[in-house]
Amino acid sequence: MASENSGTPQGSGLWAWINARLPLDKMLKEHVTEYYAPKNFNLWYVFGALSLVVLVNQLVTGIFLTMSYKPSAAEAFASVEYIMRDVDWGWLIRYMHSTGASAFFIVVYLHMFRALMYGSYRAPRELLWIFGMLIYLALMAEAFMGYLLPWGNMSYWGAQVIVSLFGTIPVIGDSLAEWIKGDYYISDITLNRFFALHVIAIPLILLFLVVSHILALHEVGSNNPDGIEIKKHKDAKGIPLDGVKFHPYYTVKDTFALGVFLIVFCSILFFAPTFGGMFLEAPNFDQANPMQTPPHIAPVWYFTPFYAMLRAVPSFLGTQVWGVLVMFGAIALLFFMPWLDRSPVRSVRYKGPITKIALGIFAVSFVVLGYCGMKPPQGIFPLLARIFTGLYFAFFLLMPWYSRLDRTKPVPDRVTYDAH
Amino acid sequence: MSEQVDYSRRRLLTAATALTGAVGAVLVATPFLASWKPSARAKAMGAPVEIDVSKLEVGAMLKVEWRGKPVWILRRTPAMLKQLAVAEPFLADPHSDGSIQPAYAKNDARSLKPEYLVMLGVCTHLGCSPLSKFEVADVTVSADWPGGFYCPCHGSKYDLSGRVFKGAPAPSNMTVPPYTFLTDGKILVGADSAAAA
Repeated sequence: MASENSGTPQGSGLWAWINARLPLDKMLKEHVTEYYAPKNFNLWYVFGALSLVVLVNQLVTGIFLTMSYKPSAAEAFASVEYIMRDVDWGWLIRYMHSTGASAFFIVVYLHMFRALMYGSYRAPRELLWIFGMLIYLALMAEAFMGYLLPWGNMSYWGAQVIVSLFGTIPVIGDSLAEWIKGDYYISDITLNRFFALHVIAIPLILLFLVVSHILALHEVGSNNPDGIEIKKHKDAKGIPLDGVKFHPYYTVKDTFALGVFLIVFCSILFFAPTFGGMFLEAPNFDQANPMQTPPHIAPVWYFTPFYAMLRAVPSFLGTQVWGVLVMFGAIALLFFMPWLDRSPVRSVRYKGPITKIALGIFAVSFVVLGYCGMKPPQGIFPLLARIFTGLYFAFFLLMPWYSRLDRTKPVPDRVTYDAH
Repeated sequence: MSEQVDYSRRRLLTAATALTGAVGAVLVATPFLASWKPSARAKAMGAPVEIDVSKLEVGAMLKVEWRGKPVWILRRTPAMLKQLAVAEPFLADPHSDGSIQPAYAKNDARSLKPEYLVMLGVCTHLGCSPLSKFEVADVTVSADWPGGFYCPCHGSKYDLSGRVFKGAPAPSNMTVPPYTFLTDGKILVGADSAAAA
């Protein structure tokens, strides 16, 4: 009851009237003005907020793009040209959307690496991590389906390669691939359904997952670079001694970070929207042609590490499902991080040399695989891809042993913090 | 009236409702999932196609579309047919045991009539369309190249019958669709006989 709730504003006025009917004030306090986050956050902690801003950018620009885009094989390519040339500021809205897609993956990859460094996936944050991974999966599906929509030749053949992955599954593969396509090939029907999934189905799932991710975060509380619980030391009112209110202490930092981010984002948006063929690939300026494969097919950069793994595995026993299993396995392993890491400490700050080297090898492997995935599978690249696929998997599969064996440093009782 | 709650009655009703609901959920899901299958129109457009090859020159290749896939009809020269034996030691599946083709095309030429190769121009790795590299010793492929097809996506190589080379990511030879000769110069792709079409 509102009158008994000390946190609810009393008296008259619109705000009180609303709060007697909807717990707006209570929710604001719980999630913003009285959410206590550790005071020792560093630069790595801005990427969560940034990914939320990029999500909003994608939703708003996406809605405006659908107003001029035609989801049919006959009209899609021309309607994108129309947006670029004839719609007032259409080029800007489309480039905001395409650059935003790459920016989304940049901030999400940094956000995930932060979690790996500071052990943010460890108990009691397993579910928070799993929600995050599900967001990453939904984001990949969203990006993949969105990439088909311009109906360029790289869109077409990229989709062809990925849908064929499902065709490699023994017995049911072919009918499964046909079911996904709704035709015997990637056609108008496929484009139309990918449009529906891209603009409504997956965004709804994404929003649901993002809300769950934030609710789970606010239930268990944020981790921090020291990887220790701030809830261990509370004042008389039950407020963590090392906690500060999310608003204004972190909203102001996140806003500053957003300023820096937008300078970089807008520089790319205005001066290099294709980013040298990495954000928008050259063959996509030709219309989709089922009869003509581009000379070299590579997905957009954010998928290339997994694409390199797919190509690194040769086919044997008359099937090439193995590469597909390796590729999906590389993502699936991330889900198990909370249980693979057996170290007594969370943060890399207090972990030993083996863990630090392993984390370094993992980061290098991801980047090298990403590079291999962009290059044609010739010369040194197939070998490099095989070596670094091995190292990528070793990071996860050997973790239960090396994380336990490794030396650790004593963890401080309170967070490390210099007033500034 | 009894104050006693009949728990077994509640359990039975809960279980019965849950079960009916589950059956209903499966039934409701069925039409939605089935709506993703190729529609009647998609199936009709996937019907067999007739191709006139009477004007195809010897050594030339015709590309036509069937079910959105490129169908290649290569009218091979006697020299090209000789190259099939040259390529054989390099092949992963020379007798097409693990590949998809109608029984009448399970031979070295992988065709009804050796002169005409009818094949889906789709790499069996991940569905790219291989490039024609008919020249022997084409240096863009390799110095000992016996002539054939080269997939630009992931480097799979095929001979002039679409048989895959060893060490390629592609697991099998390129697929031969069902086809038949309606007359000497007319091929029907998509059906084994004129009657089946």
